[in-house]
Amino acid sequence: MTSVDTLGWLALPLALLGGVIRTATPFIFVSLGECITERSGRINLGLEGNLVLGAMCAYAASYLFGSPWIGVLAAGLVGLLFSALHGVICSVRRVNDTAAGISLLILGTGLAFFAGKPFIEPQAPQLPNIPLGSWSTLPQVRAALDVNPLFFLGIAAAFALHVFFKRTGLGLMVRTVGDTEDGARALGFPVIPTRILATMAGGFMAGIGGSFLSLSYPGSWSEGLSSGQGIMAVALVIFARWSPLRALGASILFGAAGAIGPALQGIGVTGYYYLFNAAPYLLTLVVLIVSSSPTRPSADVPGELKLNR
Amino acid sequence: MTHRIDRRDLLALLGAAGTATWLGAGRALAAETPITVGILYSGSKQDYGYNQSHANAAAALRKLPGVKVIEEERVPETIAAQRSMEGMINQDGAKLIIATSFGYFDPHVLKIAAKYPDVTFAHCGGIWKPGMPENVGTFYGYIFSAQYLSGILAGHMSKSKKLGVVAAKPTPNLIRSINAFALAARSVDPGITVQVIFTGEWTNPVREAESATSLIDQGADVIACHVDSPKVVVETAEKRGVMSCGYHSSQAELAPKGYLTGAEWNWVVPYTDFLDRTRARQPLEHYLRGGLAADFVKTGPIGAVVTPAARAALEQTRAKLISGETVIFSGPLKDNKGNVVIPAGTVHKENDRALDPINYLVDGVTGQA
Repeated sequence: MTSVDTLGWLALPLALLGGVIRTATPFIFVSLGECITERSGRINLGLEGNLVLGAMCAYAASYLFGSPWIGVLAAGLVGLLFSALHGVICSVRRVNDTAAGISLLILGTGLAFFAGKPFIEPQAPQLPNIPLGSWSTLPQVRAALDVNPLFFLGIAAAFALHVFFKRTGLGLMVRTVGDTEDGARALGFPVIPTRILATMAGGFMAGIGGSFLSLSYPGSWSEGLSSGQGIMAVALVIFARWSPLRALGASILFGAAGAIGPALQGIGVTGYYYLFNAAPYLLTLVVLIVSSSPTRPSADVPGELKLNR
Repeated sequence: MTHRIDRRDLLALLGAAGTATWLGAGRALAAETPITVGILYSGSKQDYGYNQSHANAAAALRKLPGVKVIEEERVPETIAAQRSMEGMINQDGAKLIIATSFGYFDPHVLKIAAKYPDVTFAHCGGIWKPGMPENVGTFYGYIFSAQYLSGILAGHMSKSKKLGVVAAKPTPNLIRSINAFALAARSVDPGITVQVIFTGEWTNPVREAESATSLIDQGADVIACHVDSPKVVVETAEKRGVMSCGYHSSQAELAPKGYLTGAEWNWVVPYTDFLDRTRARQPLEHYLRGGLAADFVKTGPIGAVVTPAARAALEQTRAKLISGETVIFSGPLKDNKGNVVIPAGTVHKENDRALDPINYLVDGVTGQA
């Protein structure tokens, strides 16, 4: 902190970039997870529950075992098990997956609050960041480019999922199960097991997204930690039309938009902050309208999704 | 061994107790009367913030002889609050209900208080008006006096002469606090500026962290906070290697390197007031307020980074505030748009109701209320 002056308006693009790096990761993981689940023909609205449960378990495991990476793994596994519940319940005939998801959302957050009480006060080891900005003399740049490895893992996962759905037999199976149940049965695909596994995979991703909240940014476990990132991420999947790459893009956009409000006030644009803070939601509405097509309605929607029936 | 109390003994005892009350020893006896106190929180008791400040006072009450405390966390400011209060009264026999969140007051506390006239209701932050149930009391603290003391430390410790404040919503209480913080820092060095970011929500950890980051990027080297749970802001400041001032309860352990101090509530003082009056069946204080002198608010632990000179300045200012030599809101005072808001010669003491509707940020603060 020597004679570094303020960056003035240059701080805005930097804040947006930093905002993406700091806040997009939970959106990326949860939306990719929901992508997998919805591609198999089910909606899991309970991922906010996985996110909060994952955040709590990651912090607890990191504290108990002294390693944040064990925390990330624990969050993923707990998310996986928790979503298995959704997968199995929804496999019972005539169970509504939307309602089951909402009840699991409430159960998950409740469980996390209940089991997380003893972990609010202790300090758990946090995930180390990669200092990509060490070349710069500006502390602002260095801080913005302090990147968590989970961010890169999330980007890699998006590309991997893209390849998985487009190029692999398993991916084709998941898509077929999600598009037409009868067709999948005719081809001899195991419909129910595929859906359960896809839901579990989605839960695993959402749990890891939660671990980022408690082990990186904003860091540490508290009951108010999530401000609905899990719910927003599920909406982002519809916004991204069930494509992992577009889900990645939507998450990045959302992260950047979320940074606008605080960044503008930091620069000195002090009015309209309620409006700027609502930027991510306004942006979502605008992109939804712009990207909608009257001629080609819902071409990307998995045919078995309840919202399409 | 078996000395049973028969009816005659009981009557004698009751008579003695009655006489004792008449003789004025009632207070001592009443202080031992078993009583159940029910406390409602809107959030988690362990939030390193507002709710924890109340939970600390509840823990202190619990240690008093004859006092049983029952608590309920995360009670929404809806009809659920009424159910929770009724449950405490009917099932646990609570005779004193302490409702700690602002939104409980109207209509929930008022409604239940009218229904249970022999139970005392103490509400934090509400304003009692004639016509409201007589068994309702309200209490609050002049926290801006403690924020002023934080501002003195911040003013002494800042090197960049830029202070940052992460605030939730521009309510009068927050605005008084931000202004007091800024006035104190600028009394140390008039070249200091204070930048405020409003997050628009009482709790939003990610946005709070983003706001702190943004202030630090703009060169602020002390970050103060006016949010429900200052944990995230204090931790973010610590991670970025800048100093921080806390709020509500102590966050000192979260930032061993950069924590200066915090403006803390000392709710046990009003709690005990309501408790004693309820036990002694004395009339309540309907509008109970206090600041530094009444010990309703205090300065938290002072961080290791604070220099002896800054610490001495803090003690000096505290003494002046308590004696009334220093009045925080005294004219001439300009807001940050250049208007004179308090003319020269006018002073608004801590308890001046003229400060209730405050809606301006003072000169030197960047931000918009």
